[in-house]
Amino acid sequence: MSKDWIEVGTINEIPRKGARVVRTPEGDIAVFRTADDRIFALRDKCPHKGGPLSQGIVHDTRVACPLHDWKIRLDTGEAVAPDEGCAATFPVKLEGETIYLSVKPDEGCPNS
Amino acid sequence: MKEKLVVIGNGMAGIRTVEELLKLAPDMYEIVVFGEEPYGNYNRIMLSPVLAGDKTIDEIMLNDEQWYADHGITLHKGKRVVEIDRVRRQVVAEDGTTESYDRLLVATGSRPFILPVPGNDLEGVIGFRDIADVDTMLEAARNRRHAVVIGGGLLGLEAANGLMQQGMSVTVVHLLDTLMERQLDRPAAEMLRKTLEERGLHFLMPAETEAIIGQERVEKVRFRDGTEIYADLVVMAVGIRPNVELAKAAGIHCERGIVVNDTLQTYDPRVYAIGECVQHRGKTYGLVAPLFEMARVCANHLARLGIGRYEGSVTSTKLKVTGIDLFSAGDFLGGPDSEELVFQDAARGVYRKLVVENNRITGVVMFGDTIDGSWYFDLMRDGTDISEMREHILFGQAHLGDSGHGEQNRVAAMPDDAEICGCNGVCKGDIVKAITEKKLFTLEDVRAHTKASSSCGSCTGLVEALLAHVVGGDYSTAPHLKPMCGCTEHTHDEVREQIRKQALKDIPSVMTALDWKTPDGCPKCRTALNYYLLCEWPGEYQDDSQSRFINERAHANIQKDGTYSVIPRMWGGGTTPQELKKIAEVAEKYNVKTVHVTGGQRIGLYGLKKEELPRIWRDLEEAGFVSGHAYGKALRTVKTCVGKEWCRFGTQDSTHLGIEMEKLTWGSWTPHKFKMAASGCPRNCAEATIKDLGVVCVDSGYEIHVGGNGGVKVRATDFLVHVKTEEEVLEYVAAFMQLYRENAHYLERTAPWIERVGLAFVKEQIVEDEQNRKLLAERFRRAQKFAQQDPWKERAEGSDRHEFQPLKEIG
Ligand code: SRM
Ligand SMILES: Cc1cc2nc3c(=O)[nH]c(=O)nc-3n(C[C@H](O)[C@H](O)[C@H](O)COP(=O)(O)OP(=O)(O)OC[C@H]3O[C@@H](n4cnc5c(N)ncnc54)[C@H](O)[C@@H]3O)c2cc1C
Ligand code: SF4
Ligand code: FES
Repeated sequence: MSKDWIEVGTINEIPRKGARVVRTPEGDIAVFRTADDRIFALRDKCPHKGGPLSQGIVHDTRVACPLHDWKIRLDTGEAVAPDEGCAATFPVKLEGETIYLSVKPDEGCPNS
Repeated sequence: MKEKLVVIGNGMAGIRTVEELLKLAPDMYEIVVFGEEPYGNYNRIMLSPVLAGDKTIDEIMLNDEQWYADHGITLHKGKRVVEIDRVRRQVVAEDGTTESYDRLLVATGSRPFILPVPGNDLEGVIGFRDIADVDTMLEAARNRRHAVVIGGGLLGLEAANGLMQQGMSVTVVHLLDTLMERQLDRPAAEMLRKTLEERGLHFLMPAETEAIIGQERVEKVRFRDGTEIYADLVVMAVGIRPNVELAKAAGIHCERGIVVNDTLQTYDPRVYAIGECVQHRGKTYGLVAPLFEMARVCANHLARLGIGRYEGSVTSTKLKVTGIDLFSAGDFLGGPDSEELVFQDAARGVYRKLVVENNRITGVVMFGDTIDGSWYFDLMRDGTDISEMREHILFGQAHLGDSGHGEQNRVAAMPDDAEICGCNGVCKGDIVKAITEKKLFTLEDVRAHTKASSSCGSCTGLVEALLAHVVGGDYSTAPHLKPMCGCTEHTHDEVREQIRKQALKDIPSVMTALDWKTPDGCPKCRTALNYYLLCEWPGEYQDDSQSRFINERAHANIQKDGTYSVIPRMWGGGTTPQELKKIAEVAEKYNVKTVHVTGGQRIGLYGLKKEELPRIWRDLEEAGFVSGHAYGKALRTVKTCVGKEWCRFGTQDSTHLGIEMEKLTWGSWTPHKFKMAASGCPRNCAEATIKDLGVVCVDSGYEIHVGGNGGVKVRATDFLVHVKTEEEVLEYVAAFMQLYRENAHYLERTAPWIERVGLAFVKEQIVEDEQNRKLLAERFRRAQKFAQQDPWKERAEGSDRHEFQPLKEIG
């Protein structure tokens, strides 16, 4: 299945251990950059009560939701136990410094 | 080549040190262990339950032989070391096995003291120390009838109880007329004796053993007064002696124990010693908790991290006899300068005594109901000033822990549907179920699984009491100080000290220097470290915005729907028509959903989009507004009343004073939020006595009050000092804030901080010591030079643009 990659910016535009939002008609997507320069993308909506994950504190490959501190894994979108739930993940890739995103969520999480 | 570490003694202290060392530096040493006993390492304190038939030997093994193999450790089991040759740096075992060392750890423990009476070497006369002793006792219980236990201390009573459980008729012989005199006072000791008698133990006390009589095997015990009793087994539990002979023979300085310094080194710095065989600052220990504390420090030093120091332990004791609740800690007898708080309920068999000196608990004895033991122990160890809780303290934590809703029932008696956590709606039944089904042991676990106590925290005491009630206090884990978070072993205080000492100037350096266990921390430690560094190195430290909670990063409060609120500063609660017009204009222009007069005497605008914030701030700036820091662990507001300018009772110009206080302190980052107020007279309309710092004006000047809180748990302030001029007030404000900034733990408000350190400490630092006050104030003023930049203005002018703008808009 081919993906529709969209160029959304460069890695330097996102702070390390931070995130920026990509606005789409279907809702915001949070694009994260970890301390070691890996890039992940999640639906910007916490499985708990919809908190904007892009505003959370990024640590290792997790983000702490700003509203009630659930921890969400950036790679799978899953809440860290004992909490349960997931945020949809989106395909992203880095070519050189440029970030490409597909706005079609990966399958597996109902909250896309 | 790796250095070689040889450990003598395969017991609890030695192996705990090895475990700690493996955590810190798994590959640093080649490790060799000698153990006289022919097994791996087991939990010695569980020998009592094994004897009583509640546990098996398999269940109490801590590290089996596979564990040694898995970690590449050579174990010479069943081999007793007979010589340490410090010149050749090698140790020799009885069978000739020789190992050389670069560093040596002596952990030989202690052995039971055997009374020097005739017949003490007869068959059937033993101590209570190891698996072999337990085997001997079980063997005797199968074939014989009469057991005599000499010694009515902790160990003796556990042995006696175990033997009784195994069906023997047991007499406890004690030299004094009260049991466990080193842990219990007379009333508690008598309750204990009565309970044990009801269960079938016999006591002979006071009684001094004169001889043990028998041919080959023990037959009788004779006492000084001539009486004799039958005995097929005699267990001596009259004390222990540190095993120092080996070290002594090697010329290592020993007194009662092997003398060690704060890094657990003996007089020969290559040779460490740890556990019951050591003497540290004049004290020897016979409980595991201190040994575990020593192990941490020793491992730390062996790993060449060199940051830990062992400074001695405060210990507590529980008796491991099923169905008997007993707790004792500290100096439970008291001295001439101490007083006693006592509660006794003979009908329920409950007794509690607290020994108090200078408003601090120095000793605890409890019998019959020990739920609050760990709470008292914490208060004692932290040196918490208890003057505020004196009246209720004996009734336990459940009577204090709530938010002033009046008295709570004791947790044990609460029905299952009683709500424990009001924030998250969690009932007692939910918590008990989670604890039992998921096998939870710590407060953190309960928080994670049930959410109870994870929000405002006011129910923490109840949750802890429930845990203690359900799990039972696991006395065997060292009650060591709480680490900052799961990413580190270090406490808040240790981390701050090292930031200072090692001049650590950014978060990665702290994490490297202090061995963080996670690559880049977690929200808890990152936010704390960012604050500590900022406080320690004003002007120098580069604030890490990614280590700040969103509100502080965006300089506005996030709301439940992801929008933000903006609350500009209104100095001392005052405003002007121009300011009000500007707020009205902004509210209209940006479609503000709600305009609210806050509890802090200013106006909040709600429902704003993040992208618009910089523009809103620019508009507000036109009327001279700056950030109100309503989002920060920072100075919040200074509430004032109109004071003498208008009010017929006003004694001083409280409004002017409040504005000066706010001008001095705005922009300052603090461990938790910091609120102030100034009232014009003791009618106190600005509610100064529930603020972190409140000023109440009086005819003769100004009263300064500190440590109040109006939030989750209401606390009225403590009176600090009376001064005559506004200048003095300002100096005190600066000094107090700085003391709090430098001393409190992150997320600790002034109220709990003062309860922890005591008002006396605060007075000592800033009232009694004028020079120190001036220095603190000076440091505060210096830090303010860097802090008083309006963050809104900076952002309105374009800094941190990425924070407020989407990366891209698609479609
Ligand atoms: C806005 C305001 C309510 C209002 O509309 O009146 C408010 C709103 C919030 N308070 Fe408050 N508190 C407000 C005055 C108070 C007061 C009254 C006061 O300051 O005189 C108190 C009790 C006094 C005290 O602090 O001792 C108060 C005690 C709390 C507490 C409990 C603090 C405690 O130590 O017990 C929290 C929770 C916390 O900080 O962890 C809290 C937390 C909050 C938070 C920040 C909750 C959150 O994390 O989102 C609320 C932010 C809403 C927002 O976006 O603005 N708020 N809060 C008040 C802002 C005052 C201001 O102008 O800055
Ligand atoms: C029955 C019982 C109940 C207890 N209950 C409690 C309790 O409830 N709470 C509590 O805190 N503490 C309790 N204790 C005390 C606790 O077990 C000790 O404080 C702890 O085990 C001491 O650890 P250690 O490593 O110093 O000594 P040990 O655990 O005794 O280890 C020393 C080891 O060194 C070996 N050794 C000695 N000399 C040599 C040598 N020359 N060569 C080779 N090996 C050698 C010994 O064989 C032993 O295995 C209890 C003790 C006993 C016996
Ligand atoms: S503003 Fe304060 S009291 Fe009101 S809901 Fe929020 S935190 Fe609770
Ligand atoms: S909305 Fe994310 S934790 Fe509640």
